[in-house]
Amino acid sequence: MSRTSTLGRRGVLAGATGLALAFAFRGPESAEAAGPAALDAPSLNAPALNAYVRIGPDGTITIQAPVPEMGQGSDTSLPLILAEELDADWSRVRIATAPVRPAFDSPIFRSQFVVASLSVRGYWMPLRIAGAQARRVLLEAVAARWGVPVAELTTEPSVVVHAASGRRISYGEVAAFATVPATLPEITPAALKPVSAFRLIGRDVPRHDVPAKALGQTVFAIDVRLPGMLHATVARSPGLGARPVSHNGAELLRRPGITHVIPLDQGVAIVGERIEAVLAARRALRVQWSPGEGPAHESDAALASYLTDARDTSRSGVTAGRAGEAAQAIAAAARVHTAEFATDYVYHAQMEPLACVASITAEGVEIWDGTQWPSQVRDEAARIAGVPAERVKVNMLTMGGGFGRRAAIDTSIETVHIAKAVGRPVKVMATREDDIANAHARPMTAHRIDVGLDAEGRITGWRHRLAADLVVPILYGRGRLDAQRGVHHIVTCHANVAQYDVPATLTEHVYREHGVRTAPWRGIGAGPNAFAVEAVIDDLARQARTDPLAYRMALLRDARAKAVLQAVGEMADWGRRREGTSLGIGFARLGLPQLGESLSATVAEVALDRAHGRIRVLRLWCAADIGLAVQPRNAMRQIEGSLLWGVSSALTERLTFRDGAVQQSNFTDYEVLRASDTPEVHVRLIRSGEMPLPAGELGLGTVAPAISNAVLAATGRRLNIMPFTPERVRAALAA
Amino acid sequence: MISLTVNDRPVTVAAEPDTPLLWVLREHLGLTGTKYGCGVAACGACTVHLDGAAVRACALPASEAAGRAVTTIEGLPGGAQNPLVRAWVAVEAPQCGYCQTGQIMQAATLLARTPQPSRAEILAHMDGNLCRCASYNQIVEAIQQAARGA
Ligand code: FES
Ligand code: FES
Repeated sequence: MSRTSTLGRRGVLAGATGLALAFAFRGPESAEAAGPAALDAPSLNAPALNAYVRIGPDGTITIQAPVPEMGQGSDTSLPLILAEELDADWSRVRIATAPVRPAFDSPIFRSQFVVASLSVRGYWMPLRIAGAQARRVLLEAVAARWGVPVAELTTEPSVVVHAASGRRISYGEVAAFATVPATLPEITPAALKPVSAFRLIGRDVPRHDVPAKALGQTVFAIDVRLPGMLHATVARSPGLGARPVSHNGAELLRRPGITHVIPLDQGVAIVGERIEAVLAARRALRVQWSPGEGPAHESDAALASYLTDARDTSRSGVTAGRAGEAAQAIAAAARVHTAEFATDYVYHAQMEPLACVASITAEGVEIWDGTQWPSQVRDEAARIAGVPAERVKVNMLTMGGGFGRRAAIDTSIETVHIAKAVGRPVKVMATREDDIANAHARPMTAHRIDVGLDAEGRITGWRHRLAADLVVPILYGRGRLDAQRGVHHIVTCHANVAQYDVPATLTEHVYREHGVRTAPWRGIGAGPNAFAVEAVIDDLARQARTDPLAYRMALLRDARAKAVLQAVGEMADWGRRREGTSLGIGFARLGLPQLGESLSATVAEVALDRAHGRIRVLRLWCAADIGLAVQPRNAMRQIEGSLLWGVSSALTERLTFRDGAVQQSNFTDYEVLRASDTPEVHVRLIRSGEMPLPAGELGLGTVAPAISNAVLAATGRRLNIMPFTPERVRAALAA
Repeated sequence: MISLTVNDRPVTVAAEPDTPLLWVLREHLGLTGTKYGCGVAACGACTVHLDGAAVRACALPASEAAGRAVTTIEGLPGGAQNPLVRAWVAVEAPQCGYCQTGQIMQAATLLARTPQPSRAEILAHMDGNLCRCASYNQIVEAIQQAARGA
């Protein structure tokens, strides 16, 4: 695809808009960027102080949320960061959804792109600086009007105060006369509020998006209805690269209400006036597909070959991480511990099936989308419609769950193609059956870990060989993988054991490619990798006849990690024996070392029904260090959600392929966690530092090992293939 | 043509009798608070009330609702002041929010029968309503809060 060239062009755009943090605050661009939002602003003459904020004479402060909401709460937490530095009265803040413009790019991705739990971390400085800058503009305007030095002015929520004369003036009153200087004041990090003076950040405020959601008033892409709009749905080819060769579209076109049948690159679209007619025609659609990129994939059989690859050290993989000489250390070890693990493909199962609405007119393209990558949707739509990116308006709608699936924009691209072909606005909606058939799976993985130990049982070397499908080339294009010298960061993340005191480590990735569509999936590689790593840690503790928590405590390198472990031990009352249940523990990191990692440790209390092989998770305790929590309650909810994803993927979730196609069809045979299987969850946040760190996926990786370790504690048997289905549990117990 | 009573209003829509009620509500009547999640009565996102009972609108031919009272989230008594809605907001049960209208409609029929449900009763009653964001513990809390009249 043309992803590489698109990324290249964006690179140029980002370069042209200045240095990392400067782009958000340029005057001319801010006016342009705030354009569409200004239409529904309470006051049309509210001056835009910079791209992110405008203050009306009535005191209303409108703050743009730069990324779309998908349940993570950033619609509230990001504007709150700006409001803190502006010293805004939060009750006067109105939150708007930003347009898709370079002014709102995340400095981490140089794009409006919501992945990796990095929105708060990425926008933290830009929003603080934007808030401080807006405040400074207000102060300077008041200083000039009152003829007092700026240094004598202070602020209280939405009020400028001159203590010496006892004068006070509200932000709204200032906005009525203030002018925005041609060059906005420069704010250095030193001019920002000290964290100790925060009055919004770190205290829970109600989430802005919640009331509308409880009333059914939130508009998701699937809910958009436009005058003259057609409905469409797409049958996707079973695997990457498979194309439609023939279909019975001519017959379907004779049905009332069906207007078009359109062959696409890797699918066939049915378009009509009524959704029910389109869905009925979809059921009657028959398509012959060309062979895809991979051989006809049989995932059950392939798992054995993944394991063979992971085991076969003569087959070199891509080195994803290395410290010291692990291979030599293992070769010279007094004893080597070896363990193998595997995980099945999993599906996102976001509750809103993929949907998108597009309209192409002489003015340009307008799109209503729930997407994690709005900037990419804009650029691809511009390419397809043959217009400049400035003539594409992407409305960032709330997503009915993203979890990584909506980082892939396949449905958005198809919607623009279809809108172009039919010449009318069109809504594309996947049926659940097509959503799952077109699953962009988390890769299937096989792991082989060899640990070298010296005569005293100390770890001398650790080698983790991982065989897994790829995500990077499918999400970003081949060029990105080449640029990273083949290192696949999404699949290999946290496969190393950097948190533990291990002198030599090696992580190798053996690529497996079967034409399976993949995407990031909540927690990305941490799910499978932390499972394998933390299970091995428990194996080693057992061999050393040491309590698994104490073993980890002795092996962890840093004080923050030890603090979460200590806390979770207290929360779970780790030392207390339970009747009929057992405890297991897991540890996981999240984030990029250069941006700061969040840490979590989880204890699972598990009941095992040996006869049926059924596992029930009764309770989870998780201690999490996410640095500075902007919205603690919401952060805990996000962590709880990711813990429960951990339970779901550890126990039931399983996507299989036969003859290259997904075998599951709906929630009837792809089982996600339900209410009755939900454990009690206790999350405790441990504050460290002055920087918010990733939260939304933290904890997911801790759960599968905690469950497997709890079963080990109860039975001495290791569950090493995820999910731990009853058959697999019975097999492990019988082994 | 199908004639229905939706949220106390008589309506007539030009749809085939076997059209699932879900699409009549969402696309013909614009009541998009009722969601599509699976189409096969396996997720609960489309839960509405038919004569006061919780039903899955995706699996109910619209003709079967003729002459009966259909209530959607938009017609939930009290709107924002409905005790369940208030509890949902106070607890902040929704994450992405997509499943939540179905959850509230399902929960309403529990409280109608069992004014003070236990955690186990709630989990059993809500078991057919999936929440991929896994807000289940918050849903339990919200239902209990609504039950207490808090
Ligand atoms: S959409 Fe009706 S139960 Fe899922
Ligand atoms: S809140 Fe997202 S599916 Fe329930």
